Amino acid sequence: MSAERRPPSLEEDLNRLDAIVRALETEDVDLDRALALFEEGVERLRTARERLADAGLRLRQLREAADGGLKLDDLDR
Amino acid sequence: MSLSLSLEEAPRQRPSTVSEVVESARVVVEHAFPPLWVEGEISNFKTYPSGHWYFTLKDPAAQLRCVMWRADARRVPATPQEGLKVFARGELTVGTKRGELQLVVRQLLATTEGGFYAIALERARAALEKDGLLDPARKRPLPLYPRVIGVVTSPEGAVWHDIVAVVGRRWPATELVLVGARVQGDGAVEDLCRALALANRLTALELLIVGRGGGSKEDLWAFNDERVARAVAASRVPTIAAVGHETDVTLTELVADVRAATPSAAAEKAVPERADLVRRLAAVGAGLGSAVSRRLQLAEERVRHASTRLGGAVDRRLAATGERLRRHAARMVASCDARLAARQADLSRLGASLDALSPLKVLDRGYAVARDDRGRVLRRVGDFPPGRAFRLRVTDGEVPARAEPRP
Repeated sequence: MSAERRPPSLEEDLNRLDAIVRALETEDVDLDRALALFEEGVERLRTARERLADAGLRLRQLREAADGGLKLDDLDR
Repeated sequence: MSLSLSLEEAPRQRPSTVSEVVESARVVVEHAFPPLWVEGEISNFKTYPSGHWYFTLKDPAAQLRCVMWRADARRVPATPQEGLKVFARGELTVGTKRGELQLVVRQLLATTEGGFYAIALERARAALEKDGLLDPARKRPLPLYPRVIGVVTSPEGAVWHDIVAVVGRRWPATELVLVGARVQGDGAVEDLCRALALANRLTALELLIVGRGGGSKEDLWAFNDERVARAVAASRVPTIAAVGHETDVTLTELVADVRAATPSAAAEKAVPERADLVRRLAAVGAGLGSAVSRRLQLAEERVRHASTRLGGAVDRRLAATGERLRRHAARMVASCDARLAARQADLSRLGASLDALSPLKVLDRGYAVARDDRGRVLRRVGDFPPGRAFRLRVTDGEVPARAEPRP
């Protein structure tokens, strides 16, 4: 079953990217901060693109196991 | 002596037992009447813990005891209320325990429009409304890019395949999790509730689709059940409901965060088009690049501007302070006033603090001002002979420093 703690979702990445672009467009942040934001933006953009590139639809079936736990089996398309 | 006084004639034949009479009547009645429809008004309705229903059908002149066994009663979508006019189909018999004529009801229909379905629907709707579950303000937005989507439907139906096809085409960057449930007939309500609860235990779940394909009103009925609607309303993650065709609207769909006309439409609402996102990422990338280069350009201009201003401001202030000092010194000499001696000390303190004061805003941004032990600003390389001690004024204080020998 999927881990409890997950990397940021695409949605979070995109929201953060929008916020970064907005912050860079205003003049309130100092230069060090601006460069740090830019680096973060580039990194998030990269992970978002990767997520899109290597994505394949995954199909699974959820059942309740005999012990009451969750059981996830892969399904064919 | 015996008392031979007899007021009544003794029976000439052996009397029947009660059981025999009632049993004979039962056989006669059951043979005499084929299954029949009876119209009447419900009264004295009772549900037993066993699930059997007992009630009386009556009209202005007569009444008839009725029983409906659990297996038949559970197919009636709503419990009848007192006074409801119904058509009951069943077989006549004689109940042996009470010796009563009794109709064993197999099928019960309300005479009102829509029958028991309409009654059950209205009751469930009213109960959901009372708890605020139909309030449009409850509707939650769907996640834009869900990574894990649960699908509660029949593993055999076309719904799952439709959703897999649409999501696979639009947005393969996701995981679809089938949570199987019977969607019609006996046990469908319990199955759907169980599947909805099970799906919600999956911590990674971000969106839940519940649905089935088209069918008769009876086929879709489980989705009008109050328990199913409540299970959908209780979902931890946002829900999309797609039940039947466009024209069928079930309570489940009214409660869900989003209603889709068909399962394929639900899949389209669940995920974005990949191509749209590729475009959006490209736009964000371009925005990032141009914003940072604009920002760099701006910073460069500011540095140029600040350094010019810094130099100018310090020079001007020093000149002004020097001028004041000179003026005061001259007056002091002229008057030899003792009070002026005290003011001279104030003035030199003022001069020092004026120095420190003006560049503070600039220091905030990370610049520092180097000064010698007399407080003079050191500007040029020549001001720093190797080994010279000086003080660096930074934004929150001073740092002692020394010039390194140059190679």
